[in-house]
Amino acid sequence: MASLTPVQRTARVIPTRQRLAFRLLDDRNFLGLLMIAPAAAFLLVFLAYPLALGFWLGMTDATIGQPGRFVGFANFISLAHDQIFWLSVFNTTFYTVVASALKFGLGLYLALLLNRRLAMKSLVRAVVLLPFVTPTVLSAIAFWWIYDPQFSIISWSLIKLGLIHQYIDFLGSPWNARWSVIFANVWRGIPFVAITLLAGLQTISPSLYEAATLDGAGPWQRFRFVTLPMLSPIIAVVMTFSVLLTFTDFQLIYAITRGGPMNATQLMATLSFQRAITGGNLGEGAAIADAMVPFLLAAILFSYFGLQRRRWQQGSRD
Amino acid sequence: MADATEGMDQFERLPRRLFTLYLPLGVFLFVLLFPFYWMTTTTFKPDDELYDYARFNPFWVAHPTLEHIEKLFFETSYPSWLINTMVVSVAATAISLFCSVCAAYAIERLRFSGARYVGLAIFLAYLVPPSILFIPLAAIIFKIGLFDSDWALILTYPTFLVPFCTWLLMGYFRTIPYELEECALIDGATRLQILWKITLPLAVPGLISAGIFAFTLSWNEFIYALTFISSSENKTVPVGAITELVEGDVYHWGSLMAAALFGSLPVVILYSFFVEYYVSSLTGAVKE
Repeated sequence: MASLTPVQRTARVIPTRQRLAFRLLDDRNFLGLLMIAPAAAFLLVFLAYPLALGFWLGMTDATIGQPGRFVGFANFISLAHDQIFWLSVFNTTFYTVVASALKFGLGLYLALLLNRRLAMKSLVRAVVLLPFVTPTVLSAIAFWWIYDPQFSIISWSLIKLGLIHQYIDFLGSPWNARWSVIFANVWRGIPFVAITLLAGLQTISPSLYEAATLDGAGPWQRFRFVTLPMLSPIIAVVMTFSVLLTFTDFQLIYAITRGGPMNATQLMATLSFQRAITGGNLGEGAAIADAMVPFLLAAILFSYFGLQRRRWQQGSRD
Repeated sequence: MADATEGMDQFERLPRRLFTLYLPLGVFLFVLLFPFYWMTTTTFKPDDELYDYARFNPFWVAHPTLEHIEKLFFETSYPSWLINTMVVSVAATAISLFCSVCAAYAIERLRFSGARYVGLAIFLAYLVPPSILFIPLAAIIFKIGLFDSDWALILTYPTFLVPFCTWLLMGYFRTIPYELEECALIDGATRLQILWKITLPLAVPGLISAGIFAFTLSWNEFIYALTFISSSENKTVPVGAITELVEGDVYHWGSLMAAALFGSLPVVILYSFFVEYYVSSLTGAVKE
């Protein structure tokens, strides 16, 4: 591809005055840098710089409106003795692990269902994605209403069915609240997992299944020895994204519980917002946000090796 | 390709399909769609029906009313939130698409020195979540005097839109035959002419995918809008709904649900027109 450049340089006759500009604009490196500049500017100013600034802020006692002094690791040390911080770490881990596992299991199941012969398949697929398309906060408000202690439609239905005898206090007690927000998160996450895995399923050649069936494999064996191995690269990527998004989740919690009751659903992201913006303690909030980074790095490495393996399987040299 | 894995399904009988396919699928659809149904019925229920399950079946609306919608649109700042969200989403999407087209073309087709590393850096940028950026960003926004303005959002949303769109468009450009560009080069077209006259017209589906997805992502954005905007009339729909519509301990569920419904409708309508593009951008971003 690169070898074409000289050909095209000599092929055209250009007025002397414009020659330099044209040559520069046809130079891969100059034009490349010029075209990458707008995106790079945005990402450097509003992504790379804040990322670095975040680490710096984590080591200062900055408050809103005051730059703050360098205090070393004092924020992290005080967090290490902070019960609420450790509770939020536990909540975040629990929330991420349980919600991701449920999203994966149910999402894969839904993808397998959607991959079968089905009337109005594309309509069903379009409808399934609706929870993912609607703004999280707005669907979270609907869940807030569904979880209302006095007028919950779930409680009402269960009472009418005779399964329970009093209204469930969905958001009032710690464990109820945890499971309620996990359910809302899973509800929103299933479509993403299902539709992306479905795209992966559709790339698996049916001849593999036919061959496995002829060799006497049952449905479970076809799933275990054909579907899963063929799907594992895309599962790695999808689940990395899912874990990343769940671990850093903010809006769902903020909309439904704001971290309550008694910080039972306080995630690291909501705690850092509470300390930094509501409480005005930018340094401490930034330190909590920084504490999320090791987990994110782990997820990114996981994703990277998932991608690597996929390339190796396809025999690509890139 | 779509119906490729159905080879084995022809051996199944109807009763078995009913239990292994239609029943679980029905449960999934019911659970996934119920909140929308509940949102809609609550919007149109008068207050006395809303809080009286003894006399009225909660699953149905006996006397539909528009009072919640009327209250929402005429007694709150909801219309200006809608306009704000629209302005911010369109502007952020347009800026991001421009930056991404240039960046993706440069990385994927110009292949300047170091293009691969820039591509990798952009992928990594996509993995940086807003939850760890919003505090330092708030400090920056405050310092450059953009606090509480639409520009604060229009300039920060590209941080997550540009990496996504670039990554998606890189994948799309890769599917356009390079021979077309080689022909144009031999015919004497400049690089920019090739991008404008050959590659971009062929990449229109990719541009639509990226645009639709970027628009919905901006519409959904919450944490930046919550942090950078303080005055009521400058808020976006998600932030306004959650911070302004609750008066003390009184929840006006009818208006809240109407806010959720009308805040979701624009993206849902857009989505319904471009389902295939949306799905392809969703799966494309993961597959690359």
